[in-house]
Amino acid sequence: MSGVNTGSRGAISAEDLSMSETREVMLDIQGLEVHFETRRGIARAVNDVDLQLYKGERFGLVGESGSGKTTMILALLRMIKTPGFIAGGRAVFDDGTDLLRLSPEEVRENRLRRVAMVPQGAMNSLNPVMRIGQQITLTMREHGEEGTKVEFQDRVAQLLDQVGLKPEVAQLYPHELSGGMKQRACIAQAISLSPRLILADEPTSALDVVVQRQIMQTLRQLQLQLDATVLLVGHDMGLMAQFAERVGIMYGGKLVEVGAVADVFRNPQHPYTQLLISSIPSFERRGTFKGIPGVGLSLLDSPTGCLFHPRCPQAMERCSRDEPGLTQLGPGQHVSCLLYEKDESHATSA
Amino acid sequence: MNWNYIVRRVSLFLVVVWAAASVNFFVPRLGTGRDPIREKLGQLAASGGLRQDGIEAMVKAYQAKFGLDRPLYEQYWNFLADTVRLDLGYSLANYPARVGDLIGNAMPWTIGLMVISVLIGFAIGTLMGALSAWPGSPRWVRGMAVPLMTMSAIPPYLLGLIVLYILGLKLKLFPLSGGYSPGMLAIASVDYYIDVVHHSILPALAIVLQAVGFWALGMRGMMVTTSGEDYIALAEANGLRNRTIFLRFGLRNAMLPQFTALGLSLANVVAGQVIVEVIFAYPGIGTVLFQAIQASDYTVINGVVLILIMAIGLVTMIMDFLYPLLDPRISHRSGT
Ligand SMILES: Nc1ncnc2c1ncn2[C@@H]1O[C@H](COP(=O)(O)OP(=O)(O)O)[C@@H](O)[C@H]1O
Ligand SMILES: [Mg+2]
Repeated sequence: MSGVNTGSRGAISAEDLSMSETREVMLDIQGLEVHFETRRGIARAVNDVDLQLYKGERFGLVGESGSGKTTMILALLRMIKTPGFIAGGRAVFDDGTDLLRLSPEEVRENRLRRVAMVPQGAMNSLNPVMRIGQQITLTMREHGEEGTKVEFQDRVAQLLDQVGLKPEVAQLYPHELSGGMKQRACIAQAISLSPRLILADEPTSALDVVVQRQIMQTLRQLQLQLDATVLLVGHDMGLMAQFAERVGIMYGGKLVEVGAVADVFRNPQHPYTQLLISSIPSFERRGTFKGIPGVGLSLLDSPTGCLFHPRCPQAMERCSRDEPGLTQLGPGQHVSCLLYEKDESHATSA
Repeated sequence: MNWNYIVRRVSLFLVVVWAAASVNFFVPRLGTGRDPIREKLGQLAASGGLRQDGIEAMVKAYQAKFGLDRPLYEQYWNFLADTVRLDLGYSLANYPARVGDLIGNAMPWTIGLMVISVLIGFAIGTLMGALSAWPGSPRWVRGMAVPLMTMSAIPPYLLGLIVLYILGLKLKLFPLSGGYSPGMLAIASVDYYIDVVHHSILPALAIVLQAVGFWALGMRGMMVTTSGEDYIALAEANGLRNRTIFLRFGLRNAMLPQFTALGLSLANVVAGQVIVEVIFAYPGIGTVLFQAIQASDYTVINGVVLILIMAIGLVTMIMDFLYPLLDPRISHRSGT
């Protein structure tokens, strides 16, 4: 488990920031819309999301439950099931491939090879009747990988080594593994074809704190080794602050703020982000858990104007009328809030 | 699996068979004052208009012959010794015939018909049930759930009468009854086997139709649960082929409880499908049992029950040995 230096990096310096500005865009998501058809109407679970993911970055997606984080990840994997559907947008890789316009067979081939997922509930994410090595081998073979039994054994052993598991684990069944080991096995499978994008939806929420940190460290190490991009979904702000370089804050299916993790956490701009950050107990503000006033958003009868205005302490008269667009604040920091839209005449563009 | 477990499990099997056989021995003797031999002879005498004088002597003679004049513990000991040798005694209703021979002659018919029908029904039913619950199946396949459920609710004898009426009586495609044509020489010739298969199709169809519904229903329930498991979702996210996910992740896991039911179902085969066999006058155990019950032929009934107990005991034991191979979460390491 040792080797690559993964010393903690809570903050990111100004140089890092300017670097991330010049980074290559790997995946360009534009106007992503995912809708769910319900008896009471259409729910816009992902609502006109624009997001650029850079090559080899760790991006964190934060937001309260039901804000559309999982839906967004599933859309990138093309795993939205009825009654849901992708209603619009593009998700274009740097080679020009649009994830949202692949044929079913291309979708299948694209999974794992280009976009891999680390599951949320690793507890039950492995086939209980197959040995770990068998599962990883089968998964690679399904993607057309060829080789002898021994060659696959070697590859599996190496993958297990990369995630900090002993080669003997290949011979074990999932029920013989601890929760952390299962998650590591899932990660080994996820990186088996060196994907460029790793989607991790609350990958450690079922694990205890010590194991959580170790898994996140492993994930970071692998991300660096593979130079892959990781899109991490989570609600543990502490873990997020340690892991991610940039974060995006989601509210009601909209991305309301994007920026470098240090900027967003230290100096949140969107009123929702401010409330979210101040609701986290920290060493400095011990025990001041404020919570966010108002009830969670219903996607079915969402308010006009800014989705957050009914709960927003800084709401203005025009917030119930005009929909905010994305305003650039500093380098790499964007916010979707009318407070920052100086010129009223441009406000209704979105 | 270790020797320790095998020895313990085989011992358990023997104890179960012994206990069941003992119950089988004592329960009929609990009925105070009933004497099947006297009753039988009395019936014969009454129907035949015989004088009642000689009966007492005949009862004595028969009791001596069957060992019923000895003390109970001696009878019990003899019974156990006979059971171990699989000697089931004489049929009361067809005296010189031995129970073992009656059952032995009928057994191949029943096993041939039933095992094949049950296995065919199991295979088709399990597959159809699984497909009808699989989210990736075409709509019409998922729609099969309704007719399958209906089929499982119709008892096999009713299905038997329906296929008998349509395919046998109206369309005259298959013979109406029997295990082979009268006058056919029961020797191993191609003609004979074709004749046997031809006779078995209607009763088999009755059993298969109902079995398909039964197995499909059980499998459907399991598959609905399994298809919602996290490992199915991850397999899909990992880009495995639909067919692979269905077979090796879905079906494979959802099948586990089906195997238990299949084992018990195969064990029950030795008791025959009484009503189906009777409807088709099929020369199997079901018919033997039916006739024995009609004639109060206790020894034959006991014999069939004993064989059934042994079959169930044996099959459950074999399944206990096989289960760790099917489901790695079950193991027989010492102490468990
Ligand atoms: N199967 C579904 N049917 C209807 N609506 C759904 C379904 N799945 C998700 N949604 C909608 O999508 C929204 C976002 O859900 P999700 O992406 O799971 O949120 P998160 O992962 O941020 O907690 C939910 O609030 C819900 O309205
Ligand atoms: Mg979620």
